[in-house]
Amino acid sequence: MTTLALPLPKRPVHPTGVWSWLTTVDHKRIGILYGVTAIILFLTGGVEALYMRVQLARPGQEIVSPEVYNQLFTMHGTTMIFLAIMPMGAAFFNFLIPLQIGARDVAFPRLNAFSYWTFLAGAIMLKFSWLMGGAPNSGWFGYAPITGVAYNPGHGIDFWIMSLQLLGIASLAAAFNFIVTILNMRAPGMSLMRMPLFTWMTLITSFLLVLAFPVITVALIELMLDRLFGANFFVTRAGANPLLWQHLFWVFGHPEVYILILPAMGIISEVLPTFSKKPLFGYPVVVLSGVIIGFMGWMVWSHHMFTVGLGPVANSVFALTTMAIAVPTGVKIFNWIATMWKGSIDVKTPMLFAVGFIATFIIGGLSGVMHASAPSDAQQQDTYFIVAHLHYVLFGGSIFALMAGIYYWFPKITGRLLDERVGKLNFWIMFVGFNLTFFPMHFLGLDGMPRRIYTYDADMGWNLWNAVASAGAGLIAVSMLVFVANVVRSLMKGEEAGADPWDARTLEWSIPSPPPEYNFEQIPTVHGRDAFWAQKRQGVRTVAVAGGSYNGGEHSIHMPQPSYWPLVAPIGLLMAAYGLIYVSSIFGLAAAVLGGAIAMVSVYAWSFEPVNDPPETSEH
Amino acid sequence: MAHATTVPHGEEHEETTTGLSHRKLLIWAFLGSDCMFFGSLIATYMVYRGKSLVGPFPEDVFSIPVTSVSTFVLLMSSMSMVLAYSALVRGSIKGFRIWILSTAVLGMTFLAFQTFEFRDFANYEVHLDCARVEAEDADYLEGLTDFETTFLPRCAAVDEEFSEQHGLTLKTNLFGTTFFTLTGFHGAHVTLGVIWLLSLFFYSFRGGVTPERSLDVDLAALYWHFVDVVWIVIFTVVYLFGVFPGF
Repeated sequence: MTTLALPLPKRPVHPTGVWSWLTTVDHKRIGILYGVTAIILFLTGGVEALYMRVQLARPGQEIVSPEVYNQLFTMHGTTMIFLAIMPMGAAFFNFLIPLQIGARDVAFPRLNAFSYWTFLAGAIMLKFSWLMGGAPNSGWFGYAPITGVAYNPGHGIDFWIMSLQLLGIASLAAAFNFIVTILNMRAPGMSLMRMPLFTWMTLITSFLLVLAFPVITVALIELMLDRLFGANFFVTRAGANPLLWQHLFWVFGHPEVYILILPAMGIISEVLPTFSKKPLFGYPVVVLSGVIIGFMGWMVWSHHMFTVGLGPVANSVFALTTMAIAVPTGVKIFNWIATMWKGSIDVKTPMLFAVGFIATFIIGGLSGVMHASAPSDAQQQDTYFIVAHLHYVLFGGSIFALMAGIYYWFPKITGRLLDERVGKLNFWIMFVGFNLTFFPMHFLGLDGMPRRIYTYDADMGWNLWNAVASAGAGLIAVSMLVFVANVVRSLMKGEEAGADPWDARTLEWSIPSPPPEYNFEQIPTVHGRDAFWAQKRQGVRTVAVAGGSYNGGEHSIHMPQPSYWPLVAPIGLLMAAYGLIYVSSIFGLAAAVLGGAIAMVSVYAWSFEPVNDPPETSEH
Repeated sequence: MAHATTVPHGEEHEETTTGLSHRKLLIWAFLGSDCMFFGSLIATYMVYRGKSLVGPFPEDVFSIPVTSVSTFVLLMSSMSMVLAYSALVRGSIKGFRIWILSTAVLGMTFLAFQTFEFRDFANYEVHLDCARVEAEDADYLEGLTDFETTFLPRCAAVDEEFSEQHGLTLKTNLFGTTFFTLTGFHGAHVTLGVIWLLSLFFYSFRGGVTPERSLDVDLAALYWHFVDVVWIVIFTVVYLFGVFPGF
């Protein structure tokens, strides 16, 4: 590689300390950054939910004002979807994908770091809106025209727009990266149909991200142009169609639902075989179901709009496609159950969460099929029945699976086991609390309680179930405290995990816990599915067995070197985003221009910085 | 494919599963994503076509001959891009420099046309030849656009020529909003492309562009051709469909 005398600052060289984390391009460290950030943000979203449950615990309360309540549900939804579940998925993508496919890092390590820091910038943009004159208040879907400047003159919506744009950039960069990594960096012998299920679901999710996020990007650009520059996209006075936003949003929004659930399904498909001591039942069918869900996720968006008056033909078509998408999902459920069937089941905490996932996800799936029917949905639209449904699939689905994933891979990530007894306590409190909170919401919805109301009269017949739901929310909070305590305790004095504590099946368990910086001393050769399992059982030597000696493997492996630019570019983007919000003032304009310039310069410097500086003494 | 010649994979000597280099896969994934981006913008334009409540409308402002010229310029830039790449692969750095610079200049010419066009639209004036209106010249009246027709009563107060400024901006109507957004984002893509091409041009003087690293140019070429193709769609859907009746 030619070195060119360009005036670039020296590369960061910090093996330890804060700077090593700020400039890291190691996928494992980035995964940990994603995970820790996502859990903290998950807790903030949980606090927002608790405020709402306290407010609704009894009728006629005035603990929060209606204005604050609007901000609470908007922030809760946006936080949980974009700042908790998605980045927790991203944490697993980052940490696990290279390990599962037998690679040393992702295809574009610096782009990966850029994804994380841009995500953090988006999170800052959203969460700090509380302190900067008010949070967004129009729901996580931000329907225009009510988000237009005529009805919503404050800056809350602007923070929301800019935050989602930043998060979109982060998600797109990550998705490009994982598509290339999975397609291009598999170990020899790992054909597509030998990939672990989690890798498969990550691949499908990445394609969904790549194709869905541009649509919301355009919708947000249009809304921003309306709000800041007087355009007319959603100004009905100028002839705009108020359904445009809904269509654009849900064309993105429904694939987004699968972006949230497919990684969860991938995790479940890893956990169940391990603790059942059986290969996944019907691997090709499970993969194909995931692919079909990925395709059909694009054909169902208008079921979010059954009550806006699209007419009987559109409603019937979308009702049918929505019912049809339950089929591949159902297929997966049966495959998971068949995986456990006659297995020698080891009921460890990850397994508990996985089985809990199946149970609650079925309930959420069934209520989903109920409002797939347009006439039925007309009754349920905008009631607590929908709130119950979406929490059964997103909490009972995604969060349970992510918890299973955390308990399953925590030993790999940290080298220490989480405590089993505390883990089981964690599961049962969460499981009971979850069902106590959200099951009564089905009844509340059928009794006509609308979503997004900040209080209700005592004679509506909603008192009992609201009180129960609020009590359940308290239990969920307790379960999260138990979880945090378990993590802290483990980190300090947890049991050493060893390389393969679960007798697991995929390649990440063939290397020490935590994995060395270079992951694999030798890139493994794969001869079939469940590569590590085969190696252990049949003595097929795919890789150096865990715990084997690593004498002198290190100095011949060149790892990507750290870089400042993936950190500097998002700082520029964040500045530019804040600048745009206040673009009508000279300072805003200056910040926008300066931020944009910083981002441009960083990208420029980045593209001229080689992935690796040539070694002082060339070896080849 | 424009670049079906057998080309070494540049500096990327790493083994990949598909045999394609990482960056090649990346740019294809990006272009797929960008398709959805422009698809959404074009869809918005289509949804709002003919829905503006006030003028000016497409037939008032568009000049098909002028935009045809700029379209031709952009198409030619794709050709010179191909020539630049092939010159590099053949080992002719000089040829590469000539053609990559031509590509960038053609791109800048297109941008100049677009700037001129935007300014023109923003300063659009309604003109009526009131003498011919008073004379009830049928040919003249039939040739007027809907928007111009709404100004006919104003001729009552004018003898010779009526003219009034009705500039088209982002704020004017749905047409202005969707038109400037769609073509503006396309123009932004062209601008980025020009910066990219010029960077390669100047980098070649520092020895950064070599036949072994032709992938660097290949990626820029893919992007440049994509931006061209998007313009073909925009020219057809926005300009041609906007002016010729029956679409």
